[in-house]
Amino acid sequence: MAVSSKKIALDGIWYNNPIFRQVLGICSTLAVTNLVTNTAVMCLGLIYTNAVSCFTVSALRTITPFRLRIISSTLIIAAYVIVLHNFLMAYLPEISAQLGPYVGLIITNCIVLGRVEAFSIQNKPIPALIDGVSSAVGYSMVLLLIAVIREGLGFGSVAGISLPFEFTKWTIMVMAPGAFFMLAIVVWIARWWGMRTEEAQKTSK
Amino acid sequence: MQEVGAFVIFFASIFTSNILLTNFLGMCSYLSVSREIKTAWGLGLAVVFVMTITCVANYLVYYHILVPLQLEYLEYIAFIIVIAALVQVVEMIIERTSDRLYASLGIFLPLITVNCAVLGAALFLIIRKYDFYQSLAYGAGSGIGWMLAIMALAGIRAKMSRRSKVIPALEGPGIVLIITGIIALGFIGFSGIVQIN
Repeated sequence: MAVSSKKIALDGIWYNNPIFRQVLGICSTLAVTNLVTNTAVMCLGLIYTNAVSCFTVSALRTITPFRLRIISSTLIIAAYVIVLHNFLMAYLPEISAQLGPYVGLIITNCIVLGRVEAFSIQNKPIPALIDGVSSAVGYSMVLLLIAVIREGLGFGSVAGISLPFEFTKWTIMVMAPGAFFMLAIVVWIARWWGMRTEEAQKTSK
Repeated sequence: MQEVGAFVIFFASIFTSNILLTNFLGMCSYLSVSREIKTAWGLGLAVVFVMTITCVANYLVYYHILVPLQLEYLEYIAFIIVIAALVQVVEMIIERTSDRLYASLGIFLPLITVNCAVLGAALFLIIRKYDFYQSLAYGAGSGIGWMLAIMALAGIRAKMSRRSKVIPALEGPGIVLIITGIIALGFIGFSGIVQIN
């Protein structure tokens, strides 16, 4: 492996962050970003699913027929999501009820399948595991940021704890359009920052 | 939930509980295949088609196979296999019977297997305990609602690409998300008519 683990990790978390670069996989998780607690549970679930799926797919890559790789990856992911779903129902029944179908939708989350297709299928299990964890962590950080802002402005609380000052709540932030606007702003800032650093590198050379 | 009529669900799933604009499902293909009206139309049609069929099929699989065998926890795997198999069958039938339809839908059908909206609709109809006709109405309505959203976006993007200058950092996904937010804001106006959740 020519690429070091540290580089894979940094790529996933920042340089190749799935949300800033590709805007992938927002489907299932964006919907729960109006409450920080739900988002955190969902993100942990995604990190777990992405990590173990990437590892398994990579471990099985030599014996998977090329033509069947997408359906076999999908079934591997689905099996792990069933484990996650049962775990949540057993230990966090309230949050599981609030998340509803979105836990199951991790299966079709484009990030998981995207990382499996783009990285795990060609690499050894350990780098694939690192890649899986880091890209899911990069993704989760962005969603937690969005969740903190949405819950803060919309309900006046963060993770259920009220903010110490009073203001008129922005109800729109906890409704669907708020999520679209927040994500747009986050993508905007991240891209602007990326462009600025690229230009700075060009001029310094 | 049971007593709501099928037509009400059909209407609500298009306008007030649009699967894309209120549940964020199917975002990936929505963002990437909305550059031109023609391709958006093709994908939209394919989604309506597949979603109607898979909602009915998944309803039958869940209540007539999984529930009697007490295998409800396998619903995710069962639904994915049903969706993948049905998309494959639909693709084969279209290929044999209609060249014109295949030319316009063919390339989009494989994409739909991993469209979260299709799986999402199937999971919603189980969670909300819809009966057969409600499931049919919900599938068709959600598909049409998704098509409506992607067509609206494609129309705006086509106009925008000719006339408007967008800030470089906001180009692509950024501006599309803002447009989607505004469309979603418009759809909130419908929410007074009828509400399902």
